Amino acid sequence: MSAVAVELEGPRSRGVRNSRSFLLLLLLCLPALVPLFVVLTAVFTPEVEIWSHLARYVLPVVTTNTLVLVVGVSVGAALLGTSLAWLTSTCEFPGRRIFEWALLLPLAMPGYVLAFIAVGFLDFTGPLQTWLRGAFGSSSWFPSIRSTGGVILVLTFSLYPYVYLLARGAFLTQGRRAQEAARTLGMTPMRALWRVVLPMARPWIVAGTALVAMETLADFGTVAVFNYDTFTTAIYRAWFGMFSVNAALELAAVLLVFVFIAFALERRSRANLRFATARDLSRQAVRIELRGVRAVVASLCAALVLGLGFVLPVLQLVVWAFARAASDLDARYFEFILHSVLLAGSAAIIITGASLLVAYLERQYGSTPVRALVRISTMGYAVPGTVLAVGILVPIIGLNNVLQHGLSTWLGDAAPSLLLQGTLATVLLAYFARFLAVGFNPIESGLSRITATIDEAAITLGAAGTALLRRVHVPLLRTSLMTAAILVFVDVMKEMPITLIARPFGWDTLAVRVFEMTSEGEWERAALPALAIVLVGLIPAAMLTRRGEHVA
Amino acid sequence: MWLELIDVARTFGTRAAVNGLSFQLERGAIGCLLGPSGCGKTTALRCIAGFESIDAGTIRAQGTVLAQPGRSLPPERRHIGMVFQDLALFPHLTVQENVAFGLTRLSRDERARRVGELLEVVGLSDRRTQYPHQLSGGEQQRVALARALAPKPDIVLLDEPFSSLDIELRERLSVEVRSVLKQLGATALLVTHDQQEAFTVADVVGVMRDGKLEQWATPYDLYHRPATRFVADFIGQGVFLLGDVVSPNAVQTEVGVVHMNGAGEMRPGQRVDLLLRPDDVLHDDASSLTAEVCARAFRGAEFLYTLKLPSGARLLSLVPSHHDHAIGEHIGIRIEPDHVVAFEREE
Repeated sequence: MSAVAVELEGPRSRGVRNSRSFLLLLLLCLPALVPLFVVLTAVFTPEVEIWSHLARYVLPVVTTNTLVLVVGVSVGAALLGTSLAWLTSTCEFPGRRIFEWALLLPLAMPGYVLAFIAVGFLDFTGPLQTWLRGAFGSSSWFPSIRSTGGVILVLTFSLYPYVYLLARGAFLTQGRRAQEAARTLGMTPMRALWRVVLPMARPWIVAGTALVAMETLADFGTVAVFNYDTFTTAIYRAWFGMFSVNAALELAAVLLVFVFIAFALERRSRANLRFATARDLSRQAVRIELRGVRAVVASLCAALVLGLGFVLPVLQLVVWAFARAASDLDARYFEFILHSVLLAGSAAIIITGASLLVAYLERQYGSTPVRALVRISTMGYAVPGTVLAVGILVPIIGLNNVLQHGLSTWLGDAAPSLLLQGTLATVLLAYFARFLAVGFNPIESGLSRITATIDEAAITLGAAGTALLRRVHVPLLRTSLMTAAILVFVDVMKEMPITLIARPFGWDTLAVRVFEMTSEGEWERAALPALAIVLVGLIPAAMLTRRGEHVA
Repeated sequence: MWLELIDVARTFGTRAAVNGLSFQLERGAIGCLLGPSGCGKTTALRCIAGFESIDAGTIRAQGTVLAQPGRSLPPERRHIGMVFQDLALFPHLTVQENVAFGLTRLSRDERARRVGELLEVVGLSDRRTQYPHQLSGGEQQRVALARALAPKPDIVLLDEPFSSLDIELRERLSVEVRSVLKQLGATALLVTHDQQEAFTVADVVGVMRDGKLEQWATPYDLYHRPATRFVADFIGQGVFLLGDVVSPNAVQTEVGVVHMNGAGEMRPGQRVDLLLRPDDVLHDDASSLTAEVCARAFRGAEFLYTLKLPSGARLLSLVPSHHDHAIGEHIGIRIEPDHVVAFEREE
């Protein structure tokens, strides 16, 4: 070492560096923490007057509706997802190779799109019943789609892929060997399914079902199409209809409690996943060969789900879109696309960048408080958009009023009127709170694959701090960063309630357009913007199916 | 002194991983810390590299303090190169990019020249544009060495560098690594649990146990003049035979009186354990002293016999392999130690 004076780094300077990084991390997590904090405060400070109103007129209906919906959709999605996963992973029947990945396609279709197609197609004035009346004179025997059963059915068809994906993974990895062991012990395939395969896959099925439950609790667009009152629509109406910030906040607080229950359930089942993974993926087990009637039934079932959940809706969407393309494919439509892409693009860049920093700081200074902070900040994904939008807007309106008051006393009448709540920054903050986990998870798992010695090797060669991030981590994380950005982009494109509540006046996106057209019952005019959303949504679905092929 | 550790200690919770560690390494020398797993050798290495802070003592390189309790120079500014147990090659960079990684201060031409020079030395010139995963284990090992040496570090640390390789490759590479280090005049410190590796690569070896240095000496001295019973046990094979000191340089044992060469330091009347290596016990058909063969291991050129004395005590003997004796046979032996080592009997 050269004889230059060497500065030693004492505990104090290290402490300063650590607390500086902690501050930066806290700053990054703040947008995700504030709304949770604001809404949770409302849980503990209920306002008597609002509560008595809510308890009498709103809560009974909304709570019953929400619970019925969550239970119905969870049961439906668990049954549908698990049985389809078992069919495609352990049986052989005509079309199995295609169904295997195609059954994931409904992921590309947001619930609200499927909802308005179902209502538009099956309603009294829709094409099906019109044709029935023409052919048979009456269609009054036809069950109404605008019912509890209808909304449960639609959400089941759009959410079952979560269960399908996880259960299939479980069956493919550990079910086979265990099933073979059970067979050598004298069990028939059917007995083995009930006694061994299903119990072993239970943590995955529960985790998938919990995800479905959380998505159902968060859903706004689908229930809005059906005029089915749940917490999310009640919050929206309290916000816009009654202009009661506090009522919206109280409702959001109650919904948050439900979400926590589903979240805890999901966490607990996830914890079990670790103990039950099998390593032996190499061996191709013999599939159960279905023949004759059984094979036909299996193919038909899979085809029916795929047809109802994806193929037919997309066809209907295309037909409607073409019918309207001539008149609707105008400058306004391109403005919707531009707005959507701008919002989704900036959210993707901001959230991916922030996720990288958060994951890096957690890795470098991963003390217990740091890890806890990161866990809480990435919980936003489980929280419904309506809740987060309210949680972000309430403090911003408060800030706005304080600033306005200060400005008025300072400048008097000449003071300009502020409107912080109607800016793009507010929408992006709310997206940040909701989708931080979407960007963070792929980056964190990518980072965890880089061993600690890689960092140390770079440091001994002089690349520490930002140089380490720039020269080693970022190049190694290129795929993870792309995945994170794409997932955030697509999620923001589909997002409806945050955009509706927090967007600047007149800043309409594709999803907002879909909402406006469907609330007026203009199904055909909603089709064009919806088609664009579905097309973008196919990207992550394709990514998932590609990964699925590697597993299989 | 090029590298100097003075009374260095590192404690994790209540467990002292390194305790009162002191040694010195001269410029251009290759040192080695040898010991069973968990003896603190890797922690010592990480303290020198700067990845661990120290709780007591001083680490100095060329008289400059690298670490003291509560104060430490960050690893990236210590001018210390390191070869990691898992190699830690950068998977996104080619061989030459890996080697050039630490050469940020050089101009483009200088960098290319230095990389070419090192790849020449480790014999990988034709692999420069390949990625780590396209190389064999031995080649990856050499890239890691070249990468650590490229910035001309003051000291190179090698943490169990051969443990991921198979035995044959390990032996060949340890010879190669020594010649590369010597060729470039590098000062190096190796950590390993394999004495063969330590003896092949290092000029001077320190045997560690429970965070302490038992002995810091040349491989020859460690084998023939072990300072402690642990070193005698850990290095090489051998048995301890009970004996009574009869004069300052003679010990009476079951196999006769053994004379010490050099000045004896033992008091007559003392009971001692005498270290007998397999090469100290010779096979001699003419000898009146016999022992029973109770186990034998054929090693090609020689047999390693385990012999039982009338008292039940065991001896090991290395015998040319044409002396083929069956188990249960009695064979004649002669004791002829080059260096007699005895430790006071622990009751």
